[in-house]
Amino acid sequence: MSAHVAAREGAAPRAEWKPRVVAFFCNWCTYTAADLAGVSRLKHSPHFRIIRVMCSGRVDPQFVMDAFARGADAVLIGGCHPGDCHYMEGNYNCLRRFHLLQRMLGQMGIEKERFRLEWISASEGERVKTVVNSLVEDVVRLGPLALPGRLREWDREIDHLEAAVSERHEEATSHAR
Amino acid sequence: MFEPAQQNGSPRIGFYVCHCGHNIAGKVDVTAVAQAVARFPGVVLSRDYKYMCSDPGQQMIMDDIREQKLDRVVVASCSPLLHEHTFRTAVARGGLNAFHFQMVNIRENVSWVHDDPADATEKAVDLARAAVRRVRLHRALEQKKVPITPAVLIVGGGIAGIHAALTLASAGKKVYLVEKEPTIGGHMAKFDKTFPTLDCAACILTPKMSAVRSHPNITLWTYSEVTKVEGFVGRYRVTVKRKPRYVIEELCVGCLECIEACVFKEGKFYDEFNQGLGKRKPVYIPFPQATPQLVLIDPEQCIEFKSGKCKKTCAEKCDRDAIDFKQTERIEQIEVGAVIVATGFQTVPSEKVPFYGYGRMPNVFTALEVERLVNASGPTGGQVVTREGKAPKAVGIIHCVGSRDEKTNRWCSRVCCMYSLKLAHLIKEHTGAEVFNFYTDMRTAGKGYEEFFYKVMDDGVHFIRGRVAEVSDWAFTPDEEGKLVIRVEDTLIGRVRRVPVDMVVLATGLEPGPDSQQIRRLFNMSCSSEGFFLERHPKLAPVDTFTDGVYIAGACQSPKDIPDTVAQAGAAAAQVLALIDAGSKELEPNTAYIVEEECSGCKSCIALCPYTAISFDAARKKALLNEALCKGCGTCVASCPSGSIRQNLFQDDEIFSEIEGLLTPVT
Amino acid sequence: MPDKPKVALYWCASCGGCEESVVDLAEGILDVVAAVDIVLWPVAMDFKLEDLEAHADGSIAVGLVNGAVRSSEQEEIVRILRAKCRLLVAYGSCAHQGGIPSLANLFSLEEALRDVYEESPSTVNEKKTRPLERYVENGHEVTLPRLRQIVRALDQVVDVDYYIPGCPPTPKLLQEALAAILAGKLPPKGTVLAPDVALCEQCPRRDTKPDDLAIAAFRRPHQLLMDPEKCFIAQGVVCMGPATRQGCEAQCIGGHMPCTGCFGPTSRVLDHGAKILSSIASNIGPKTDEEILQTLSGIPDPVGTFYRYGLAASRLRANLAAKEGAR
Repeated sequence: MSAHVAAREGAAPRAEWKPRVVAFFCNWCTYTAADLAGVSRLKHSPHFRIIRVMCSGRVDPQFVMDAFARGADAVLIGGCHPGDCHYMEGNYNCLRRFHLLQRMLGQMGIEKERFRLEWISASEGERVKTVVNSLVEDVVRLGPLALPGRLREWDREIDHLEAAVSERHEEATSHAR
Repeated sequence: MFEPAQQNGSPRIGFYVCHCGHNIAGKVDVTAVAQAVARFPGVVLSRDYKYMCSDPGQQMIMDDIREQKLDRVVVASCSPLLHEHTFRTAVARGGLNAFHFQMVNIRENVSWVHDDPADATEKAVDLARAAVRRVRLHRALEQKKVPITPAVLIVGGGIAGIHAALTLASAGKKVYLVEKEPTIGGHMAKFDKTFPTLDCAACILTPKMSAVRSHPNITLWTYSEVTKVEGFVGRYRVTVKRKPRYVIEELCVGCLECIEACVFKEGKFYDEFNQGLGKRKPVYIPFPQATPQLVLIDPEQCIEFKSGKCKKTCAEKCDRDAIDFKQTERIEQIEVGAVIVATGFQTVPSEKVPFYGYGRMPNVFTALEVERLVNASGPTGGQVVTREGKAPKAVGIIHCVGSRDEKTNRWCSRVCCMYSLKLAHLIKEHTGAEVFNFYTDMRTAGKGYEEFFYKVMDDGVHFIRGRVAEVSDWAFTPDEEGKLVIRVEDTLIGRVRRVPVDMVVLATGLEPGPDSQQIRRLFNMSCSSEGFFLERHPKLAPVDTFTDGVYIAGACQSPKDIPDTVAQAGAAAAQVLALIDAGSKELEPNTAYIVEEECSGCKSCIALCPYTAISFDAARKKALLNEALCKGCGTCVASCPSGSIRQNLFQDDEIFSEIEGLLTPVT
Repeated sequence: MPDKPKVALYWCASCGGCEESVVDLAEGILDVVAAVDIVLWPVAMDFKLEDLEAHADGSIAVGLVNGAVRSSEQEEIVRILRAKCRLLVAYGSCAHQGGIPSLANLFSLEEALRDVYEESPSTVNEKKTRPLERYVENGHEVTLPRLRQIVRALDQVVDVDYYIPGCPPTPKLLQEALAAILAGKLPPKGTVLAPDVALCEQCPRRDTKPDDLAIAAFRRPHQLLMDPEKCFIAQGVVCMGPATRQGCEAQCIGGHMPCTGCFGPTSRVLDHGAKILSSIASNIGPKTDEEILQTLSGIPDPVGTFYRYGLAASRLRANLAAKEGAR
């Protein structure tokens, strides 16, 4: 895995790798719980960034794919407990998508620990802390995903040819002239 | 790739990072954040300031919008749940559309929860970058206003519900007061006196109860439950189930002669109002001042319901033919603009603390039972006696039963110290017994409370500091024979004591009511970890909930005494008045909409909307979204397989730009 | 005829179906030939690389490239074409989004070669012989193009102006596209030249789709006798129609098979597979983990189902884990 650390985008200016977790939190339960964690000064890992949506049902699987593609090491979705959704059913839709998406991501080589769905109610500030910490721990154990860097690495195989082709092409066109 | 147009070609973004005193600046290097953000594309101005939410902070935004021709504003400060409205208003007053604004939470989500200043600062910059990218795509939006129906539903007819109902009704608003018990009054109606003034509870409560009954603006439905709530702020459609009393309300005058005439000559059944200390008949009235003054029949106990072979002496006796064994439940539908939930609490069930012997040893009482014993209209006519009917010579009151305890409830129930003092005083007054109070800490914060504590000490009541380990009837010495022995470590003298008494009173704590989860779901509220209903903000919005137009008051929010409950009920009523008198409420414009020419009519979205806001237009073969019904969850947007449903404030491209901003590496 | 616009056609990792679709223009091809000068079409006529290189840069009006890109040779030629053609069009699903060949991105190159040359059931290759990139015999050197680690869509190798989707595209789409190009009436660069509304709009079975699907179980077409009138999804058969651009004239549906998504997503969607996954999963009935997993187990291969024609163009492009060991 350490080879990827070097390959990771933006690794150069930072001395060490820091995990990056993107968290989609629903406004009513989990985002409020994160606020409560703040008000209660529950210290936890800084390696996650929250995007607030109104409901976990708003989390489009495309967002998850995009977050991974752009360099997230893990994605966390936080919603209201089953039966408690502010919008009645949104979290069930999230749950249904989650299971299929997690399996599909597995087919594409993304470990299931890197994609989590957690039900965290507005009062569970403590749970925000434990979930985030345990997720970051998992990510540290798995190492960086560093997708942008790896995609670039793959594409290096064609960059190489590009130089050769343009040289040859130069030659050919100069003949034509 | 996405909707064009909105992409603001050469944006002029103003960025502000708030110190929040030391709250943010103590952890996040705000100057570094401002400097980093100044370099982001589109940012023309980047400032840090001590308190952005203050007047000068807001003024700065407004001035900058005008002078620097800003067209987008980002503020990095506290949670948007706290101050998004404040800054949107400032942005609008500065002349921009209020939604050309984005807030970054670097307090609750950053400075308060992270230790390392470098990590916190880096995170703040990442979040700011996401917001700066996002805000460029923000569309100008208009807030829709919904009219507010000038009627209010109040759930729960305890002192909180009663006080709120009377306040609103006297302000001329229509009030529906729904109570699940046959009478209003709640817990307060069971009390004899109230601390610290020792006012007679009935004397101050019953006038308010009858005022509710007679107020032309109040519709009182007791023995009723809310079963369904639909709609939204300003227009909630509520279904109320009215259980059958088997007595026609319009005919019964409360003469109570049917009770006298019942074939049961004596009361035989558990009397709920007296905590079972008394017995009642199948046809009964909960207590003499019950409001409304109507009898009811318990079909579980009435012979006519069980066998159909009763002589029905009650019905014979009623000269108004008010008794109707065929009565069925009634369903009422009402429309209200706002709701106050005031459903109260329950006392901690004594089974949760088995080591105090309640139920096993007859002379262990709960405080609520003793409230009934000391009450002149109670089952013993105000005599405080043991189950054997004898006056006790020594009484022990155990504090913190089911409170401040890992095994039951961790919270302090706030009222028990004071009501234990009150009961100590009343027991002493009624019986002359020696009274021992076993307390953890005396908590007597409140107007006149500490003074009352001293008064009770002066009465000669004994105070022993220590948590009681157990109550037993196992005598070690002759003077313990026939007594209940309270075993406690007296932490002031540092040794274990055994105190023999004739009667033990458990000062049971307060906890959420048995149906609180059900009620929470009905009104789409949240609960705090103990299970009490969660206020929108503990300081700034203590009676609001996260559901617009739904307010909370009284002990359903947290344990509180009568003065606090009444104050909170008044506050909730004031909030409702402000809502109703404003006439309309601006809704968050986060609704979804379908772009008709893009919709293929695949119907995938229709069943996903829990509010039936989406229907299928069979003529045009397109899905149709009724924005008035949409509550803005965005589930349909995430699910639309062809990307033809959008959501205001949470557009796909806005969220993608946030993801991009968060994950763009620091260079 | 110096004024006739020049057209080049080329194939990369392709099954030949796209070439067939050009021939499917039938008599219409005569009009095409009359209107343009075909300067490259290896599948039909004999052209040499030198002939192509001899064209001046930008002298060819339009190049239609089908097939995904996996070999160094394909890369070389599409780059030359890019230089020579004023417009470069990705023709067909493979050039558009990677197509079926890009499902190979689920495996490393080594895994793919091992399967093809050693392990597939129909292969007998005791010596485990594999093609070599370079071979010298009697002083004669023979070379083969190098295979890349992953399969790419055309625009992941060169800049692409337009896309004609489909596996293969219909003759109608080709005709319309050529007419638009020849007339110079072109939409913005990057446009997919097919209607930007999902297939359901054209589906003859749309009216049989219930408002509430609440799918309880999924079946693949061979696992049930499908009702020939009824919406496939309503029968528990995954159909990509709701998420897939129309333009195919619903031919698969007409042939009693569900849409498998060859036309790719609408312009509003960034990731075709993720989006149909969202819609399909949201529309299942169950609410508990156990029941949800049970229902979803009817989709044993989500990637193969939802990215059948577009894995290369998905946000993740390939199986990350497969890349590890093999390199």
